[in-house]
Amino acid sequence: MARERAWLESSRAGDGEWRLTALGHWDLKAAGGLSGTLDGFALDGGGAVSLDLSRLDAMDTVGAYLLSALSDRLAAAGHGVDLTAIRPEHAALFNAVREVGPPPVERAQTHRPILDMLERTGRTAVDGLREGRDLLSFLGLIAITFGRLMVNPRRLRFRSVMFHIEQTGLNALPILGLLSFLIGVVLAFQGADQLRRFGAELFVVNLLGVSILREIGILMTAIIVAGRSGSAFTAQIGTMKVNQEVDAISTLGLDVVELLVVPRALALMITLPLLAFYADIMGLFGGAVMSYATLDITFGQFIRQLHGAVTLPHFLVGLVKAPVFALVIAMVGCYEGLKVSGSAESVGTLTTKSVVESIFLVIVLDAVFSVLFSFLRL
Amino acid sequence: MAPFDDRQPDSQDAVIRVRGLVTRFGPQVVHDGLDLDVRRGEVLGVVGGSGTGKSVLLKEILGLIRPADGRIELLGRDTAGLPESERVALQARTGVLFQNGALFSSMTVAQNVMVPLREHTDLSAALAAEIARVKIAMSGLPANAGAKFPSELSGGMIKRAGLARALALDPDILFLDEPTAGLDPIGAAAFDQLIRNLQRSLGLTVFMVTHDLDSLTSICDRIAVLVDKKIRVGTLEEHLRDPHPWIHDYFHGPRGRAARHAES
Repeated sequence: MARERAWLESSRAGDGEWRLTALGHWDLKAAGGLSGTLDGFALDGGGAVSLDLSRLDAMDTVGAYLLSALSDRLAAAGHGVDLTAIRPEHAALFNAVREVGPPPVERAQTHRPILDMLERTGRTAVDGLREGRDLLSFLGLIAITFGRLMVNPRRLRFRSVMFHIEQTGLNALPILGLLSFLIGVVLAFQGADQLRRFGAELFVVNLLGVSILREIGILMTAIIVAGRSGSAFTAQIGTMKVNQEVDAISTLGLDVVELLVVPRALALMITLPLLAFYADIMGLFGGAVMSYATLDITFGQFIRQLHGAVTLPHFLVGLVKAPVFALVIAMVGCYEGLKVSGSAESVGTLTTKSVVESIFLVIVLDAVFSVLFSFLRL
Repeated sequence: MAPFDDRQPDSQDAVIRVRGLVTRFGPQVVHDGLDLDVRRGEVLGVVGGSGTGKSVLLKEILGLIRPADGRIELLGRDTAGLPESERVALQARTGVLFQNGALFSSMTVAQNVMVPLREHTDLSAALAAEIARVKIAMSGLPANAGAKFPSELSGGMIKRAGLARALALDPDILFLDEPTAGLDPIGAAAFDQLIRNLQRSLGLTVFMVTHDLDSLTSICDRIAVLVDKKIRVGTLEEHLRDPHPWIHDYFHGPRGRAARHAES
């Protein structure tokens, strides 16, 4: 055993007393090998044990812990343990580790898999409902603040509104334009493929016009804006929360909703309809390009057919949803941002949550709108 | 020149040896030919006005910032141009408590303490957890703190948890960046005492950047003062006799006097 870094030598004196001598370097490097041998360590027969620590070369916390645990185990096995042989430079550390004492007895966790699952399901459901209730009350708070600002519009931060219009609107144009164009291309291609079998290629234009203007333009815009700006709102406000800037706003007698939430909501409610219109145009343009490429429908034909296919209500049905979606995205983004507490990690978690939640709500609301419009025969 | 200028290496047993250190940020020179020896087993307090480069010096010794010129030896090894494996081995022998704890917020305190144990040792998971428990208790945290996340801890407890992580590998040198900043006086005194006790029982060398005059008078063996882009090291008594205006103001100002009175 002499090649090892740390080891124990045991001998038995004539009067039956065991003598254990720790030798070598009792430290982190030795610990991996030592703990295995020490775990199974036992002495035959009873009798007192004197643990001699005065001849080891080095000891750190791990070594002290292992030796301390060894003496505890020997004591528990009924040996009287004598620990007096220790060098003074090691005694301070050894005593400090011994003072820590044994680990607290953990209460055994009873496993009830089905009940646990039911409990988790219930908790998730209640949490979801609670979140919905809180969002609704936050919506009320925004509405009240909006109302107050209508009465006293000079309190509205126009600069902040303009800044957010630029951030959420102008800067979103390239990505939104490209994606809408590509969606138009894909729709035209797929539609042409199916309609060609009936010899009704020209009706691709009707398909494009109705689907893009009513649904796809606004839905794509809302989803992209939720991912781009809703997440940015959460991250901005969340970081301000971590830096206690939000607390500072409150203590300075300013209104957090008025200062942070309303400008963002208002900016998004202005930009989202504009972006949706832009997405409509780009989507139709993509469709027109694809129709020309695969079906030889010229732009003139395309526009003439479009003119017959869609009416103003088609366009308005799509556009009227935009401010509602904008409010939902801004509300969820700001609400999750204000929920950030303490750690930087919660900013990340809540940003993800904000995007998922706002896209979820946008699609649910879109379905609600569809049902509503079908009742209204629009 | 002050009688205790540290220009001559005063001890073969210096665990940190800095020679001719120059630090520049653009045109601004922070350190200009700075020399420093930190002896094995001492508690060195580093003080200096704002912008004199205390934290920069700490980061340079830790290898987080590269100095413009000069030589830094840590435990007898020149830190510049060390191969990766030796650099890692050297890092395992130093522990750092950052000013705000710098605990990993996605992990519990116990997991934080186990990070270096898992990374640098071959301990079994059970033993690593036990060692983490011992370190957490030695840092003066209650037993249930190990399962908590950093966001659930108070400022003082975060510092103690950071200390437990810094001590996880039984380092030779412990670096502390303003350890008592943000603690109440009672908590700060208890933390000072904790550092002193751990330093004695673990045989640590402590390099402590601090502004706390109570820490300086109660637990530091020597004090290093950053003035005029260099450093002057000495005991408290030696600094009290130093005629340099900044050092005189620092130790003879109302706060300095109060701290000394409290000590005596």
